[in-house]
Amino acid sequence: MISLQLEVNGRSRTVEVPPGSFLLEVLRDTLELTGPKECCLEGECGACTVIIDGVSINSCLVLAAEVVGAEITTIEGLSPNGLSALQVAFLDHAAAQCGYCIPGQLMAARAFLDAHSSPTRAEVREALAGNLCRCAGYEQITDAVLDAAGAQ
Amino acid sequence: MRDSMIGASPHRVGGVDRVTGAQKYVADIQLEDVLHIKLVTLDVARARIRAIDTAKASQAAEVVAVITPDDLPSPMPRFGPQFADRPILAVGETKFHGEPVAAVVAETPEAAARAAKLVNVDFEPLEGGVFSVSDALNNASPLVQDPGLRPGDPLAESNVFREHQYGWGHIDDSTADLIVDNRYSFPMITQFAIEPHAFMAAPGDQGGIEVWSSVQHPFLLQKVLGGILDLPLSRVRVHAPDPGGGFGGKQNPKHEPLVALIAMRTGRPARLVLTLGETFQTVRRTSAEIRFRSGFKSDGTLVFQDVESDFLMGAYVDIADRVVGKSNYLAAGPYRVPNVRIVARGLLSHTTPSTAMRGFGIPQLSWARESNIDQAARELGVDRVQMRLINLPERGEEFIPGETPADGEWAEAVEKAAQLIDWGSSLPEGGGRGFAVGLKSGPTTGLSYSTVRLLADGSAVVYAGTSDMGQGARTIFAQLVAEELGVEFDQVSVVMGDTSRVPYDQQTSASRSSVLMGNAIYRACGEIRSKLRTLVSKQTGLEPSLVLVEQGQVRLPDREVPIREALPEALGRLGGEIIGNGEMRVEGDPEHPLGGKAVFFELHVAACDVKVDDETGAIDILRYVTVGDVGRSMNPRQVAGQDEGAAIMGLGHTLMERMILDESGRILNMGAVDYRILTSMDVPIEMISESIENADGPGPFGIKGVSEGGLLATSAAVGSAVTDATDLLVRDLPITPERIWRARRDQA
Repeated sequence: MISLQLEVNGRSRTVEVPPGSFLLEVLRDTLELTGPKECCLEGECGACTVIIDGVSINSCLVLAAEVVGAEITTIEGLSPNGLSALQVAFLDHAAAQCGYCIPGQLMAARAFLDAHSSPTRAEVREALAGNLCRCAGYEQITDAVLDAAGAQ
Repeated sequence: MRDSMIGASPHRVGGVDRVTGAQKYVADIQLEDVLHIKLVTLDVARARIRAIDTAKASQAAEVVAVITPDDLPSPMPRFGPQFADRPILAVGETKFHGEPVAAVVAETPEAAARAAKLVNVDFEPLEGGVFSVSDALNNASPLVQDPGLRPGDPLAESNVFREHQYGWGHIDDSTADLIVDNRYSFPMITQFAIEPHAFMAAPGDQGGIEVWSSVQHPFLLQKVLGGILDLPLSRVRVHAPDPGGGFGGKQNPKHEPLVALIAMRTGRPARLVLTLGETFQTVRRTSAEIRFRSGFKSDGTLVFQDVESDFLMGAYVDIADRVVGKSNYLAAGPYRVPNVRIVARGLLSHTTPSTAMRGFGIPQLSWARESNIDQAARELGVDRVQMRLINLPERGEEFIPGETPADGEWAEAVEKAAQLIDWGSSLPEGGGRGFAVGLKSGPTTGLSYSTVRLLADGSAVVYAGTSDMGQGARTIFAQLVAEELGVEFDQVSVVMGDTSRVPYDQQTSASRSSVLMGNAIYRACGEIRSKLRTLVSKQTGLEPSLVLVEQGQVRLPDREVPIREALPEALGRLGGEIIGNGEMRVEGDPEHPLGGKAVFFELHVAACDVKVDDETGAIDILRYVTVGDVGRSMNPRQVAGQDEGAAIMGLGHTLMERMILDESGRILNMGAVDYRILTSMDVPIEMISESIENADGPGPFGIKGVSEGGLLATSAAVGSAVTDATDLLVRDLPITPERIWRARRDQA
């Protein structure tokens, strides 16, 4: 076991985990932040997406030990005081169906919008191509992200 | 007066939890002191198991138990929604790649996974096997199922599980100006819910069991577990949190009996969360090969349809025989065809057991039929849209003898789709336009109960056994209660997903819930209105006939007040609440080939424009139109989400999805890297979805079910467009660039 100090959602958290633990496992099993989801565990589906120092990352592929000192944001820390405009846009467009991929979609969208203030539809589609949605709410998700971009 | 909730699109009930990460799916629920289970599997499809040596695994750190068939009841319990053939663990022989032979139970997931590799299974891979339709029909192939499981069945000595035959008229006497006779294939695909199946169980009160599952049919699971564990239903509590996508793959029990037996045996909670790869070895859609032979008059009128279908079901039947029977019954589609012969075989094979998947066999048949009709139109020089219109039945026409007659203005949907795609307008260079129609029957039997409580402050709680797996049932139910009882939409609580809290519901499938559970809720609200009327009449001294409770209002001869405001006085000094119960029962008809007529039909039209790359054969969908006959769109935003989502799912099996098996039946592309589904980059450049609304459905306010229609006709519409663009006939799905490239090369 190793002891790691992680900066998660603005809080400093010390965890004792096996050295090979992936960030997703630590978030879900140790810190009980179950917003990031488990699906493919090989970096293809995007359900586990979190933001690390401003960049959206598949947390299933990152060792927890690699991100000591980095600023980690999960869906739980996206907007701790009420819903953000992006989340409201997802609700307005009924972009969340079963909802399982949505935390990942939102985190990928947040990191993208932070770097691109007025994206085109094609750019949004490309930015979210790493986040699978089997309900296939892609149109609604894209509309929501464009709406949120317009509002910011 | 408040705005009607019918046709409104309020925010999804449960939406906030979905966008904040607070929504708890099964794997997100942590039980105290939980044990973790890993399945032990072999990397072959067919093997004889000689012995299982658990010594090394049992002694590994943190391992609590290693479960083999010897640790389970004898004879091995078997279960299934249609036919009890699926064992809890493989008995003596594995019948498909990944069939579990043992299970390791440990204190951590890592320990369970490590020890699973230490279980020493002495096995002998078996030569040959049934991996395709031709294997299944070859008499020299080994039998998949022990004939002893099918006593008295004349087909027991073959791999044909059942042959379904339907038809009317006289095919052999019919004369046609044109006959189109082709074979069409539909690939083996998997549901690929983003939430992999998850199961937990814990010893419950008074010797009972509590189970958590991502299952779509909690009450079926309760019944199966009660049988296997020999417990009364009252001691089997199934928690069914909203599934993270189901698509049919989560309808029926899978590993819950194993997990429950482990919890009983160890006396501790136990948990099994499948990997995405393991879900490929748990559920899939039936693959199919279909010979479709149709006869036409020169004007395009259908004279006959002669259909021979082979559906590859897999190693255990699950619900697949029902898929074969129900879908093939509708093989002739939404057309007036005087002579029809349908022979459909459900075949056992050494592959993942197939189960329900969105469309329930109809996407396979629509692909064959609509492609066949498309080809006939081209050969006859009849317009492809016109071809459909001249053969569509009018409302009320009994297009299948003895079946529910056409229940909508279907031509309206065809014309609407043609108009939206701008049928007849010109296309860009290299472009093609396609058109197809799909028809699926909704449920043929059903039983749903609901309880609604109108609370003293005018808010309400509705209890329903439906599973909300993304289709938005919670929202629809809240809209209904808000409309009927004048409750503010956001003051309706919808309780689901727990067999000890909600009354029985048969199942969440066949796009049934808005109609069947919807009617149960509607009736429960009706009972509340009637009780309220009695209370108001007593309290005011007015004759009951002078009191009306409707549209959220209490109407008296001299005034009208919202129900909410009338409640305190009506309830009287003690307060309390008004409880209503509703039941919706569709008994079906035992004489009917499907056990009952369709409660409603889902008719859907797809049209699209594509562009096919000259060199690579890659297909771009430029524009995609989907039009459904929905009766009434209770929530247009959710209907669009269902229709567009289904269409995009349909584009998966049309353009890219297929499970690839090697010659020994191993699945080569398990997981998201090697098995591609559509991403946001692959979707049509423009999507247009519309609904035909004539309030002619059997649900409240004239609604019909909607959740599957969008993918019924997708493949054939794309195939039609590809042919239009390239002059190539496509008969095999998926239509990959490689297939187009090869077809072009062969043509040249």
